[in-house]
Amino acid sequence: MSTGSAMRTLTYHEAVREALWQAMEADPAVFLMGEDIAAYGGVYKVTAGFVDRFGADRVIDTPIAENAIIGAATGAALVGMRPIAEIQFADFIACGLDPLVNMTSTIHYRWGQPVPLVVRAPAGATWASAGPFHSQSPEAWFAQIPGLKVVMPATPADAKGLLTAAIRDPNPVIVLEQKYLYRRLSGPVPEGEHVVPLGRAAVARPGRDATVVAWGSMAFKALEAARMLADGDGIDVEVVDLRTIVPWDRDAVLASVARTGRAVVVYEAHRTAGFGAEVAATIAEDGFADLDAPVVRLAGLDTPIPAHPVLEAAYLPDEHAIADALRRLVAY
Amino acid sequence: MPLTPDDRRQLYRFMCLSRAVEDAAWALAGQGRLVGRLYTSHGQEAIPVGAAYALRPDDVIAPMYRDMGMHLVRGVAPVEVFAQYMGKRGSSNAGKDSGLHIGDMARGIVGMISVLPDSLPVAVGVALAFKLRREPRVALTSFGEGAASTGAFHEAVNMAAVMKVPVVLVCENNGWALSTPPEREFATAAIVDRAPAYGIPGVQVDGNDVEAVHAAVAEAAARARAGGGPTLIECLTMRMRGHSIIDPADYVPRAQLDAWAARDPLAGQRERLAAAGLWDDAREAALQAELRAEVDAAVHAAEAMEDPLPGDVHTGVFAA
Repeated sequence: MSTGSAMRTLTYHEAVREALWQAMEADPAVFLMGEDIAAYGGVYKVTAGFVDRFGADRVIDTPIAENAIIGAATGAALVGMRPIAEIQFADFIACGLDPLVNMTSTIHYRWGQPVPLVVRAPAGATWASAGPFHSQSPEAWFAQIPGLKVVMPATPADAKGLLTAAIRDPNPVIVLEQKYLYRRLSGPVPEGEHVVPLGRAAVARPGRDATVVAWGSMAFKALEAARMLADGDGIDVEVVDLRTIVPWDRDAVLASVARTGRAVVVYEAHRTAGFGAEVAATIAEDGFADLDAPVVRLAGLDTPIPAHPVLEAAYLPDEHAIADALRRLVAY
Repeated sequence: MPLTPDDRRQLYRFMCLSRAVEDAAWALAGQGRLVGRLYTSHGQEAIPVGAAYALRPDDVIAPMYRDMGMHLVRGVAPVEVFAQYMGKRGSSNAGKDSGLHIGDMARGIVGMISVLPDSLPVAVGVALAFKLRREPRVALTSFGEGAASTGAFHEAVNMAAVMKVPVVLVCENNGWALSTPPEREFATAAIVDRAPAYGIPGVQVDGNDVEAVHAAVAEAAARARAGGGPTLIECLTMRMRGHSIIDPADYVPRAQLDAWAARDPLAGQRERLAAAGLWDDAREAALQAELRAEVDAAVHAAEAMEDPLPGDVHTGVFAA
């Protein structure tokens, strides 16, 4: 839902900045806290210039203390603030996982108090040798935490719209921004208010022959694969971008599979017990009658994410691997 | 502001109410009438009562499971406590969590979790919000000497010090972290020795003297309210029962228990009041009769409340 404002082309990175900027302008309860986010602007410069406009009270550099960042953001949320905590890299959230798992996400269930908190974390592989500690895609960790919403935007418009929805949500929401897409992907973004409701997938590309279910930068890769197959193989692929991992849009996925009869689930996290396993299991359980072929998973390996480009490429699914999987599936 | 005679009697009354509620809970637990385990504050009632009594109504507390007195001072009624302990549908946690995990922001109470040090960063965040909004309010949190061994303690105290937020950090050093004594938790003589390392004031008080606790917290809260940042207060006390009701605590030396039994915080305050001419046997008898009736009525009222329904398991995961 947008207020009919003009569309401009923004990068994913600019779209994130715009969502934060507009939220800060609109609501004095919104503030930012994290490591190196003020004068330095964050390691990805998402908050560059914010401290000059909004001041050090609302753009707060913290000590290196992920547990205290998430815990303190939770406390502020309990007394009427709308904190947005930045975790420098999603990998580092392991240091702050305890409050998120045990405290923040259980509060509403246990005693009915809303916790309007957003955790932003740049996530995913960059295809740039970032290595085991700056490349992880930990959405499945968070999908196992009842009470926590998990968002993974794959387009600039969604980067703005989903983050805006997350900031307005009365629950803790973790937004796993795709650092691979920050400056690589541009697209139309509404200039004014733009809210994309959490929990609704998008058909990023309609198609007849097979469904790809993906999220984050793998949705981007899936669209590339779909273009390759349309141009070279005459295969018409539908790409369903999940957009939100929790809650996830079962209906949209099952509806797409009902149209195509074939499904590949693509995710860059480790294959075993990744969120794609949940999606594949749901299709098998609830969409079995619609299937003309087994559901296929295509995912990262069950290894740490290696640094060298040769190894990293061997770890990650890419558009060619997705296209190959689709060719095999359509030929099944 | 010095304590009035009424205040001094109130401190005593709250400690006695805490003890009466927990004695009753102990008996109910033994009869299998509570849900989950029971952890009590026997012997350390002076800390939660003295600390909470030093705050203003719009201050926020993030207490732990040995802080029955804090809940009572904040206005939680005994019937609410028993309903919570029984997991009743109308209780704070509605049966979804158990123990003294009561939370109610309307009364400024952050509901604790079983990972005890997690309340520290949350209290720092509450205080940060007060500071950002320039409200003259204070957050107070409490934790045991065992919780102070965790990384969360360090992160929270350091962040509070750096940001100079209005938070009061109350360590209830009761001699035992389950079965682990202080010398196996830390190598310094005291928790309060850490305060200078964080660049904040620290004070150690007799945790069995409710007025001493009150004075220390009042001073720390006044400093916090005036922009002076956090204070670490170490209250020395003794856990007079097991860690929980199922812990026989046979690792605790008898002599240690005996020594602390002679310093019971309730008896201490009663003697102080009597010495000041503020208490006598007639008042004591009336108080005990009143508390017995109040607690009995609360137990009966709580037991009459509805249990959760199976369908309740699904509700409330997310706020709407």
